[in-house]
Amino acid sequence: MRGPSESGAVAVGGGGVPEQNRGAVPQTPAREQSHAQTPTHAQTPAQALTRATERAPVPAPGRPLAPAPAPSPTPARRTAFAEGVTRAREAVVTEPGRLRLIGAVLAVLVVAFGAVTAWQAADRAAAADDVLRRSQPLSSGAAGIYRSLADANTTASSGFLAGSQESADSRDRYEKDIRTAASGLVTAAANAEPGSASERTIARLNQLLPEYKGLVERARTYNRQGYPVGGAYLRYANEKMQKEMLPAAEDLYTTENKRLDADYGDATPYPWAAIALGVLTLAGLGWAQRRNYRRTNRVLNRGLVVASSFTVVALLWLVVGHAVARAGLDGSYDHGVRSLKVLHDARIASLKARGNENLSLVSRGAETVTVGGKSYDAYYYDFDKDMDRLGAGLTEAAGLANDSAGAKPVKAAEGDMAVWKQRHSAARDQDENGNFQQALEMVIGDKDATGACFDSVDDNLARAIGHEQAEFQRSAGDGRDAMSGLPVGVAVLAVLGAAGAVVGIGRRLSEYR
Amino acid sequence: MYGVRARAAALRGWGGVGAMAVLCALALAFALLLPRTQAPAGAHTGARAGAAGGTGVAEGRQTRAEKCTDDNAQDLTPAPSGADGAVVDAIKSRTGAKRKLIVGVDQNSYRWGYRNPNSAGAELEGFDIDLAHRIARDVLGDPDAVQFKAIPTSQRISALQEGRVDLVVRTMTINCDRLGQVAFSAPYFRTGQQLLAPRSAAVTGYNAASLDGRRICVASGSTAYAKLKGDLDAGRLPGGTTAVTVPNQLDCLVRLQLGEADVVITDGALAASQAAQDPTLELKGDAFTTEFYGVAMRRGATDLVRRVNRVLADYRDNGWQASYDKWLSATLGEDSGPSKPPAPKYLGAAG
Repeated sequence: MRGPSESGAVAVGGGGVPEQNRGAVPQTPAREQSHAQTPTHAQTPAQALTRATERAPVPAPGRPLAPAPAPSPTPARRTAFAEGVTRAREAVVTEPGRLRLIGAVLAVLVVAFGAVTAWQAADRAAAADDVLRRSQPLSSGAAGIYRSLADANTTASSGFLAGSQESADSRDRYEKDIRTAASGLVTAAANAEPGSASERTIARLNQLLPEYKGLVERARTYNRQGYPVGGAYLRYANEKMQKEMLPAAEDLYTTENKRLDADYGDATPYPWAAIALGVLTLAGLGWAQRRNYRRTNRVLNRGLVVASSFTVVALLWLVVGHAVARAGLDGSYDHGVRSLKVLHDARIASLKARGNENLSLVSRGAETVTVGGKSYDAYYYDFDKDMDRLGAGLTEAAGLANDSAGAKPVKAAEGDMAVWKQRHSAARDQDENGNFQQALEMVIGDKDATGACFDSVDDNLARAIGHEQAEFQRSAGDGRDAMSGLPVGVAVLAVLGAAGAVVGIGRRLSEYR
Repeated sequence: MYGVRARAAALRGWGGVGAMAVLCALALAFALLLPRTQAPAGAHTGARAGAAGGTGVAEGRQTRAEKCTDDNAQDLTPAPSGADGAVVDAIKSRTGAKRKLIVGVDQNSYRWGYRNPNSAGAELEGFDIDLAHRIARDVLGDPDAVQFKAIPTSQRISALQEGRVDLVVRTMTINCDRLGQVAFSAPYFRTGQQLLAPRSAAVTGYNAASLDGRRICVASGSTAYAKLKGDLDAGRLPGGTTAVTVPNQLDCLVRLQLGEADVVITDGALAASQAAQDPTLELKGDAFTTEFYGVAMRRGATDLVRRVNRVLADYRDNGWQASYDKWLSATLGEDSGPSKPPAPKYLGAAG
């Protein structure tokens, strides 16, 4: 179709018809033959002779030379390496030698591209899979452990405030919290790396949990007998929880979050090495085809076309697959993980606030802090700070929620929080006026108590967390799936492409035999 | 003001002039500090405050004159009086729901000040609580006009000094150290430090043989803590003895039961309360100190101290025994004789 005089740039883009220029064959070998013979004509006979003699006989005497350099007649001590270099140089000067070299380089390039792509894609796919199936569930699990522990402690202190009237509900809630914490610890332990800080933290928590539970059980027993030492046990249990267990659980949560961030960090960066190699491979293939066209006037070489198209497909698959995966993972981070972190923090703030509200009544105004020359009840002071944190967390969560299903429970929690604050300030007035019993009713009572507000905030946050968790799962799942099959697919394409390159070059090479 | 001046003149020599100067300065300060809205009442209260300040100064001289020793610490309290002073007036001027006496108590001392987990309400009850109600009845005319604040042992003094509570009725021993920081009423109970340990433990009393190698639990800020620390620092106890400190004496029972301490030292009255909650424990040996509980108040709240002393004078004959029988006879024995406070002695005046 295209005249041989046309530029070789069209060689690759020539269309699906292979080797249309077969008609040109007779004329090109002639040109090529003449080219192949060029050395003898173009170079001085002496040069050609040296090369010719070197090519054939050198290997024979060369070999014994390497192990025993002393008896060598040649002045330079030639090593095996130098020998190899010389031979390679010789190979390059003849066309079949060049073709062999080009074929080898192309095959290596394609295979290397495939290998690097498979390796980088597999790396990212594994990290994406870790995000989805390991680190995010573990981060959520650690938040769950913290929440259950704090909730168990708060429930136990409510139970103490209620005295013998501790309800079956509150007992069940406490037991459920302990069970959740215990099973959360088992999951975390199964996924902790041996010898890691997480593993030690988990072991410590595993040891403290039964101790804590024992103290609470004793407190209950003594309470039933009417002995105040029950309260002392509860204080001791509370101290253990606040000073040892919750900080350990917080450590675990922080560590798991770091691991999650690290997995995201491994899953999302562009596979630059693979892309660069891909581009280089394509350039190499293009150059080889252009060279081929220049020398033979054949626009297309089947093998090289196959190698090129497979490389293009692999490169496109890599770039597009990774971009999709990256988009999915970024989405899962922005709409899932970030929201989840904020929501978990808000939930913990609301738990702490509830705990402090209870403890201020348990301690009956005994503990005070002085801030700016003014003295406050220590627990009420902390309560106010926790509520501020809860408020800020809810505002942030509302801003992050990207759909109405996610925003609704957060809005509802904000409403509950407003009512909670209102009721709390009324209860605090009663407490500060010395009406302890009334204050108690308003905090743990059945009707219009702050306890109902807390429960409602907690439920709404649980719902919001469930929604964001599902969002995360979907986005991160899409992201991971975009890269599934990529490593294997690219590896197969690369092997086929390399084979194509070798066959293509081999075809040209066979014309010399 | 003339009456005040006459009284001041009755004091001897230039001391009276000094008292007068302090009196005037106090009256002026009070008048200046009062809000403008209360201006009409200001002159009245100011005069009262002046009077209280005057007597305070006079007593201050007498307190210094009589040196405090371990034997007479409980006798350094002003004579009873029903006269209102600045402090009592300030309490009475509280209005509405806030018209309450703010009392620092314990909520962990079985039968002294505690919340019975099985009673329907959240009311505190016990021997100390009865006394607090009695004082509220006298000062505010209503036994229930009390706001209880639970305070740890080590915070009793700071709670008074910072004005968080009006008075502390919390098994608090009168001693010279504390008299430098707070004022005490006349004694209302007699006790002494004693050892509490498991029945099986080879502990006979407060001696080196019994305490060597033991972990001894005391409440921080208690007289038991002071005694133990003093003896450990001075080397009067073997080096193997270690101290475990906790916020409240009852926490010692927890440590003992959990095997984190071997022996508890606390007042016999409280040790008996702990033993009553665990039949495997017993008091070991006799009390090795003699201590008296008093109601603590802010230093300088002399009118309130006098008022409380008047309540106690009456309570000793009328109410004390009933409260003892109700709360303490089960743990301390039917005979209240050893626990009865001595006949009160007051500063200066004979009665």
